[in-house]
Amino acid sequence: MRLFDPHIHMTSRTTDDYEAMRAAGIRAVVEPSFWLGQPRTSPSSFLDYFDSLLGWEPFRAAQYGIAHHCTIALNPKEANDPRCVPVLDELPRYLVKDQVVAVGEVGYDSMTPAEDTALAAQLQLAADHELPALVHTPHRDKLAGLRRTLDVIRESALPPDRVLVDHLNETTVKEARDSGCWLGFSVYPDTKMDEERMVVILKEFGPEKVLVNSAADWGRSDPLKTRGVADAMLASGFGEDDVDQVLWRNPVAFYGLSGRLVLDVPDTSGTHEGNSVLRGGE
Amino acid sequence: MTRPHAHPASPAAGTQGTTLARTQPSDLHHHVVTGLDEAARTWLHQALDEATAHPGTHGPIAVWELRLAEAGRHCGPEYADAVRVLILDAARADPGALSRVYVQGTAAERRAVLYALPHLVPGPEALPLVEDALRTNDTRLLAAAVGPYAARHLPAHAWRHAVLKCLFTGVPVAEVADLDRRARADAELARMVHDYAEERTAAGRPVPEDLHRVLTLTGPTPTPPADPGTRGLDGKES
Repeated sequence: MRLFDPHIHMTSRTTDDYEAMRAAGIRAVVEPSFWLGQPRTSPSSFLDYFDSLLGWEPFRAAQYGIAHHCTIALNPKEANDPRCVPVLDELPRYLVKDQVVAVGEVGYDSMTPAEDTALAAQLQLAADHELPALVHTPHRDKLAGLRRTLDVIRESALPPDRVLVDHLNETTVKEARDSGCWLGFSVYPDTKMDEERMVVILKEFGPEKVLVNSAADWGRSDPLKTRGVADAMLASGFGEDDVDQVLWRNPVAFYGLSGRLVLDVPDTSGTHEGNSVLRGGE
Repeated sequence: MTRPHAHPASPAAGTQGTTLARTQPSDLHHHVVTGLDEAARTWLHQALDEATAHPGTHGPIAVWELRLAEAGRHCGPEYADAVRVLILDAARADPGALSRVYVQGTAAERRAVLYALPHLVPGPEALPLVEDALRTNDTRLLAAAVGPYAARHLPAHAWRHAVLKCLFTGVPVAEVADLDRRARADAELARMVHDYAEERTAAGRPVPEDLHRVLTLTGPTPTPPADPGTRGLDGKES
């Protein structure tokens, strides 16, 4: 079984997670840039973070045979802090990098005018750089947030089939599907979606343009949830081809729109005794 | 759920090391052009022309620097490093430009800058980039940092720590340029490597084969002295 986690914040995860993910069949991940839990106060801390997503993190992933790509953006929460907004001017030089496969996560948090501006500007950046966009839907006031998100996407230069609308659930899936966007579902231990509800949605709406992710980060989350959904799909009567479509071919097709997806993991020379991320202390 | 034992990517296999730093750009060009398909070859020729002519900007960056960023998706991962070295060479990138490309670059672009240093910078001005790479734990950057430029210019203390870090992180010491010359009769390097061997032994861990090689090289061997015309004896004295 080959699995692709199309939304996971590996920066917040341990090397043990990489090892367990590889063992569970995860061969590729996309790490969207996002909020770190502690608010940033200047563009320079974004730049160090983006550099890490294009440097250290892919190296760490490669040691476990996992291909690592990222998406780059100013996230909606920090788009509300005027100290952070100038990072928008730095994005063009990141959006040309080989490992950047989308603009994201963009979208709404509290649906403010500042979020409107950042979302529209970054959808335009995606169009300008021939990149798709990963658009997160808000955790609070989700249905209204989805509708406003879809309105902004319709008004943008980016066609809906180059947009992945994420964190969907039973209340938002139908309108999101009718928009023509790709459909993302985040499976969490307690919140968002769970494996069984995910299977019910797949039975009703089919596997077409559906992506499932763990969105694992620094909160209560589980980097093996993609495998959990694969197992739940098989247990409920889906075939292996359906699993492969949802958990491999669909994310490959969506992020492949960038023309930058490389799924062969480069060998990492000099892995210390072949079994540990290098920190110079083993 | 079955969890087969994880197997990290195999070490050492496929490492390019400092080969690119030791190959003349003209030879590199021939090698790359032979291997690329037609579309990639066309892209490369245009990128090299642009790098030579320095035409305009793309948003906040120069067009030739944009070509460095996108070399991987046009030429494939196998040739990306070499193509980036060729673009830097065609652009006659000076230490200021190399520093900017390095600081703004992905790990792959930083690696290419390190490979390009011996071709483009005769003096020690670019040493801060080597020192930055040596502070990382990314073995692909470490291997690129210990090439001929470091051999010429890195002061003795930093050079010894670079060698030790290679042993520590499993970067083959074959990547350390000019290792024989700089290690010869270096008693301090011998002490450091010897202490490391004792630490490994005390912990019940195997001593890497490369460690014995370095230790042997530190001895006063009867090999002929380096050509007096060879650059950069700076940093050898201990």
